[in-house]
Amino acid sequence: MIATSLEQLWYGFGVALEPHNLMFCFIGVLVGNMVGVLPGMGPLATISILLPLTFGMKPVAAILMLGGVMYGAQYGGAICSILLNLPCHPPHAVTCLDGFPMTKQGRGGVALGLTVFASFVGASWGITEMIFLSPLLVRAALQFGPAEVCSLMLLGLLAGSTLARGSPIKGVAMTVLGLFLGSVGTDLETGSERYTLGMTELDDGIELIALALGLFGIAEFMNSVNQVAPINTKYTNVGIKDMRPTKAELKRAFFPMWRGTIIGSLCALIPGTGPTIASFVAYATEKKISRHPEKFGTGLIEGVVCPEAATHSSVQGDFIPTMSLGIPGDAVMALLLGALMIQGIVPGPQLISQHPDIFWGLVASFWIGNIMLVLLNVPLIGIWVKMLAIPYRFLYPSAMFFVCIGVYAANNDFFQVGEVVVIGGFGYVLLRLGFHPAPILLGFVLGPRFEENFRRAMLISRGDLAVFVERPISAVFVALCVLLIGSQIYLRLKGSKPPIEPSLQAHGNGTAPVAGEIQTAAE
Amino acid sequence: MRPSTSVIRDLIGKRDFYAGGMMVLLGLGIALKGTTYRAGTLMHMGPGFLPTALGVLLVLLGIAIAAAGLAPSVEGAEKEESILPEHPQWWAWFCIIMSPVAFIFFGRYFGMIPATFSCVFVAALGDKNATWLGTIVLATVVTIFGVALFSYFLQVPMPILTWRGDL
Repeated sequence: MIATSLEQLWYGFGVALEPHNLMFCFIGVLVGNMVGVLPGMGPLATISILLPLTFGMKPVAAILMLGGVMYGAQYGGAICSILLNLPCHPPHAVTCLDGFPMTKQGRGGVALGLTVFASFVGASWGITEMIFLSPLLVRAALQFGPAEVCSLMLLGLLAGSTLARGSPIKGVAMTVLGLFLGSVGTDLETGSERYTLGMTELDDGIELIALALGLFGIAEFMNSVNQVAPINTKYTNVGIKDMRPTKAELKRAFFPMWRGTIIGSLCALIPGTGPTIASFVAYATEKKISRHPEKFGTGLIEGVVCPEAATHSSVQGDFIPTMSLGIPGDAVMALLLGALMIQGIVPGPQLISQHPDIFWGLVASFWIGNIMLVLLNVPLIGIWVKMLAIPYRFLYPSAMFFVCIGVYAANNDFFQVGEVVVIGGFGYVLLRLGFHPAPILLGFVLGPRFEENFRRAMLISRGDLAVFVERPISAVFVALCVLLIGSQIYLRLKGSKPPIEPSLQAHGNGTAPVAGEIQTAAE
Repeated sequence: MRPSTSVIRDLIGKRDFYAGGMMVLLGLGIALKGTTYRAGTLMHMGPGFLPTALGVLLVLLGIAIAAAGLAPSVEGAEKEESILPEHPQWWAWFCIIMSPVAFIFFGRYFGMIPATFSCVFVAALGDKNATWLGTIVLATVVTIFGVALFSYFLQVPMPILTWRGDL
């Protein structure tokens, strides 16, 4: 088993090292890192904007590039949070707590250097986990019938919407909305049109790109325009020399880094608990076992490396259910899965055996890409730091162009640009009402497959809903769903939410509720 | 007990009340439209079955969200949040929404260069510190790079410059 995995990995390196693939991996990592550094651009917006560029590529190159974009943007986001105290992506919210004070003390470079290192360690561990666990998971998943697939999806959707961020019930509402949006268009089984309102352009359903760019592009720009505080570049003067940690700092960072890695990889195994939860749990743990917890928040290196290692380890781990079961854990993974589907690849347990080049190539490229990132981030730090100073008023109009042309390029159709306007406006209303739109994407991507499997399960069981609890594996998933809902209701009734950490509250825009939520989940 | 009018006013000020209300309306719309499609039986589900069920579920969730918003709030301050941000940016919002509209119009009738320029130009006007010169420069720069990237490099099949192309 292990031997075959290693053999396949060897093959994967062969795929990833083909010059063509290597180039796209590099481009993805570079562009992802660059865009991720820009304040206000998280991985979701970055991937959605760059997704249209991959349409003309071969599936392997496209997914390698998008994977590169994703973890490149993660690295970039850490720079933005440590130097500017602006978490563009929720997992980085805790990195700010100790990262920014370090910057203020003039040790921002060290924080960045060790972050790069910690991220690499975390990611490597996550990749290793992926190599050995995915084939095991696939072997189990190949036994699944439609009923099991259905209840597993239900569990994934519930976990993704209740544990992620904000109010759980609102998250579930967003997932339901996403499932509905996924059903718009021609019904696969009967061929009848649903909810197209007479528009033939909607026959093929709502365009994934339009949905993603509307929700994470336009709606976000509307949320941030003229609201972004002027960027304070007072502390951002960091060069290569500042990045080298002293021996004592390295020693202090060593164990927190490994603890973060382990926590991240454990979080990746629980469906729905993505990098955000991993980073919060890591920070909380580090604080708890520290001999001087009162010093956290004043610029401790432990408080930076532990959550960063956890984030990266869990991001890589999140690929396990996404690639081996076809069930994404969060919106970023849903988007990557959607990109695969655009390329005509059916996600699910058969993916690894049918497209070994994609899976093993991706795994190998993670390693290559992460090494590239370490090599890139050290010499290019000066450029990244300069990019932090690009004002938002140049950023969002340029991004608007990428949104428009990207949606147009998906099908060469102006109708979809219209779609993105409507979805963007609607998405902003949802944001203002306190909804987080990420679960919409999760529901949207899984919706059609959920419906298909549900129908099949019902057909096989002759319309008997009991099939979901009668089959043992499915029953376990259903029980977990019930447990999840039950615990949420219990927490709700118990009422007392722990106070949100004040420094997180300042950032607004949805990062604030995360803290309280996660602490509840952590305990 | 407070008089009922002020209770109602309290309710309206709550964000979750609107949030739940919106979900109820959306769910109702989905479910009602869904009943016009064939529902079928559990064994042979028709196209209307799942969407209708989702609509009903959304209505229930909406009621729960609204009800939670009405309940005497344990969490305090968070519930008082208004729907509009502190400084509403009507002009900027309008510009951002109009930017793709300009892209559609100019793209359809005049080609990629005018479409790109107008799209960036309109969006950039939304910023409170925007100047005419700065906006024009930004739009020009993005147009040059954008057209080079998408038209020459990525071969997006949109004419670069045309006159009333699609009429």
